[in-house]
Formats: sequence, C-alpha cells, structure tokens
Amino acid sequence: MSTSLIRTLPGLAALAAGLMGLAIVLALIVAPEDADQGISQRIFYIHVPIALTAYFCFGLGAWKALLLLWRGDERYDLESYVAIHQGTIFGALTLITGSIWARASWDVWWTWSSNQLVLFLVLFLFYCAYFMLRFSLEEGARRARSSAVYALFGVVLIPISFLAIRLAEDFIHPTVFTREGPQMTGTMFATFCVSWAALTLLAYVLYRVELAGKRLDADLRELREVLL
Amino acid sequence: MTYLTDVAALTRKDLRVELRARDTLPAMLLFVLSTLVVFHFALPEGTGDDAAYGLLWVAIVFTALLGLARAWVPEHEHGVLDGLVLAPSDRSAIWLGKTLATLAFLVAAQVVALPAFVVFFAPLDLTALAGVLLADIGICAVGSLMAAMAASSRSREVLLPLLVLPLAIPLIVGGVGAAISPEGERYLLLLALYDGIFAVLSWASFEYVVTE
Amino acid sequence: MNWSQAELVAAAYGVVFVFVLVYVAIIAAKLVRLQRETTELLALARGREAAVRRGAASAAEAPGEA
Repeated sequence: MSTSLIRTLPGLAALAAGLMGLAIVLALIVAPEDADQGISQRIFYIHVPIALTAYFCFGLGAWKALLLLWRGDERYDLESYVAIHQGTIFGALTLITGSIWARASWDVWWTWSSNQLVLFLVLFLFYCAYFMLRFSLEEGARRARSSAVYALFGVVLIPISFLAIRLAEDFIHPTVFTREGPQMTGTMFATFCVSWAALTLLAYVLYRVELAGKRLDADLRELREVLL
Repeated sequence: MTYLTDVAALTRKDLRVELRARDTLPAMLLFVLSTLVVFHFALPEGTGDDAAYGLLWVAIVFTALLGLARAWVPEHEHGVLDGLVLAPSDRSAIWLGKTLATLAFLVAAQVVALPAFVVFFAPLDLTALAGVLLADIGICAVGSLMAAMAASSRSREVLLPLLVLPLAIPLIVGGVGAAISPEGERYLLLLALYDGIFAVLSWASFEYVVTE
Repeated sequence: MNWSQAELVAAAYGVVFVFVLVYVAIIAAKLVRLQRETTELLALARGREAAVRRGAASAAEAPGEA
C-alpha cells in the first residue's frame, strides 16, 4: 500500500475505523480495571480524548480563521466553519459523556466542581452563538470576516475562562467531588493514546467529508446558475 | 496624534448626541435601579450578602448590554457607520471612540446604581469598586466589537446578548470575586489580564469586521 | 432510575457510536439530494445541447433554402 493511498480520504477513514476498533477493544477489555473507581473509570478513555479533540477542532477553526483574515482567500471561511462545527459536536459529546461519568462516579448528572465540564459548558455556549451569528448575517465577505474574528476570540477565551473558573472555585462551591489523578499504568496510558489518536483522526475524517459535501453543494449551485 | 484626535472627536460626538437626545442614559439608570428592586423581591429571606453581589453583577452586565445596543442603533439606522468607515481615519478609532463613550454611560449609570446597591443591600469596598471599573472596561471593549458584528444582522437585539454573555463570564467571576473574596487582588489581576488581552484583540480586529 | 456502573459505561460508548451512525445517515441523505440535483442539471444540460443543435440545424437550412 503506497503512502499516497493513506493520505486520501478513504484511506484515512479506513485507518480511523481500524484505530477506533483497536481503541474500543483496549479500553473495554484489555486495560486493567482501576482499583478505586472500578469499571466507571473506563469512560475516561473516551471522554478525555473527545474533549481534547474538541479543542483540536476549535484550534483548527481558529487557524483557518486567521488564514482568512491574513491571506483573504474566501476558501478558508468554509474550512473554518466546518472545523468549528465539528468542534461544537465533539464539545456536546464531551458534555454528554462527562455527565454520564459524573453520574457513574458521584451519582449526579452534573457538578459545578469539575472545571473541565464547566469550561466546556461555557465554550459550548460561545460556539453555539457562533452559529447564531452566521445564520443572521448575509453571505459574503463581511460574514466570513466576522465569523473569523469570533472564532479567534474563542480560542483566546479558552485559557482565560479556565483561569476564571479556577478562581471561581473559591467562592462558588467548595470542592466536594474529587477524582483521583490518573496514576496510570503503562497499558492504561497506551490505551489512552490509541483512543486519543483514533478520535482525533475520526474528527479530521468527518471534517474532510463534511467539507467535501459542502464544496460539492456550492459547485452544483454554481452549475445550476450557469445552466438556467 | 491625529489618531487620538479622531478618537476624541468620535467620543465627543456620541456624548453630544446623547446629551441632546437624552434617551440612553436615563434608560440605563432606570433599568439598573428597577433590576435592583426586583432582586430584593427575588432574594429569599436569609440569603447572605454574597448572593446580592452576584445579582449586582447580573444587573451591571444587562445594563451594559442595553447601553451597547443603543450605542450602535443610530450608526446603523442612518448609515453613519458607512460614512465613518469611508472616512480617512484608522477604522479602529471608531471602535475606541464607541467604547469610550459607552464606558462613560456605564460609569455614569453606576455612579447612581452603586450607592443605591450599598443602601439596599451590602457595602462595597475599594477592591470591589476597582473590580467594577475594570470589568466595565472589559465589557465595553468586547461588547463594542460584538455590537458592530451584530449591527448588520436582522436579529441584532437578540444576537448581541448571545454573543456577549459567554465572553462576560470571566468578568463576572472577577467582579464578584473582587467583592467577596478576602484575596480580592487575584480577581483584579484576572480582570486586568482580560482587559489587556481582549481590548487589544478587539481594537485590532474591528477593521476586519466593518469593512466590506 | 437506577443505573449500574456497567450500564453507564456502555451508555457513554454507545452515545459516541450512535453519533457516528447518525452522521453516516446524514451523509447518505445528502448524497441522495446531490444525486437528484445532478440528474436535474444533467437533464437541463442535455436540453440545452439539443436546443443548440436544433438552432444550428435550422440556421444551416435557412441559407440553403434562400
């Protein structure tokens, strides 16, 4: 198999599928069970990589946004939008899997003392507003640039929000729930890495697929205008 | 030098328009006072002072949103923004002028609202007041940019709060923390950091948002 | 409702699995729509081509008659 085959979209998708399969087997069967948390610790292998992947997508969106503002090529607008779309979906999945994990660990569907969850909630709201912004502006250079600026604000907001949430702990809730830091064995760490790679690749494949679909849409629309 | 004179001219324009029309500032004042009274009824008996500080910040944020929304209406309605953009000055001067004017209105409204809060609810020390001022700067800086983004949309009244509220969360944390925490300085640092980063970012990116 | 730990772990992984399947379904729907549009456009293009050829043919006849 040549390397160029891997780089094509079907090749990447096949690789993603393989990695996901491997990750699931490792996470659910091979990895040793945690002594303190029991079986619910296994959610860690899918929840944290999804969160990291969401950050990756938001970062990708911000990067494309920067390229749009810097180079002025309209092409980057769609790429930024699709990346942020993926990020928001993975962000929602982070909140869902995080909520399930909270239920498994502490018997509540939500807790304000998990900094990561609260941060994701803030980011989720922020990026949902991104779509509101896009849908209420008319298509064009103005919308592209406003979206790009907003996307850049998003990534800057990530560390600042995190800092704010850390500081807010002091007066909002005493930290009732704590989770043991990952003192992971080698197998656990390997499982985590495989899962992380699988989910990042999955997100990238979905990003490329969605981008191709939207470009096809635009091309067909243009073709229609030529023919009519 | 001309940059600063441009900014001063723009700020003065907004202030003068307001002094003549007198619709934004009274509205903000009445809004914040009414909200404080509503909070008295919303807070059950026995809740501590801390809850009151939280609600103060809710009131401040929504009053700021009111001011921000009103600040851009004349620009959009009378096409003034297009004229300003075509003017030979640096476009970011528009943002700075707008931010300073809105900040002036917000501070003016707070000159009445904060004493009212102290009388109705709880005392405010110097750290808390510094927090209010720093957060004012932050929200006006970011809000002016977001208002410019939303100005050309059909649903701008709804869109502006949606865009600003997630960004305002660190400011609320900073403001409330400055008021109630014994280590208030940490929160002032957070606010200063926010202001520094986001003001520069807003100033730099305003140009991209308003040009066609 | 009392969930056991194992059920919750299954739910977490299941949500991700379902999401991927939903995505596939959405892409399938998009594919159907794109297919329909392409057939439409193809019909339009063929109609155009036929019209052009008819136009060329009648233009070739008219000078022949005159």
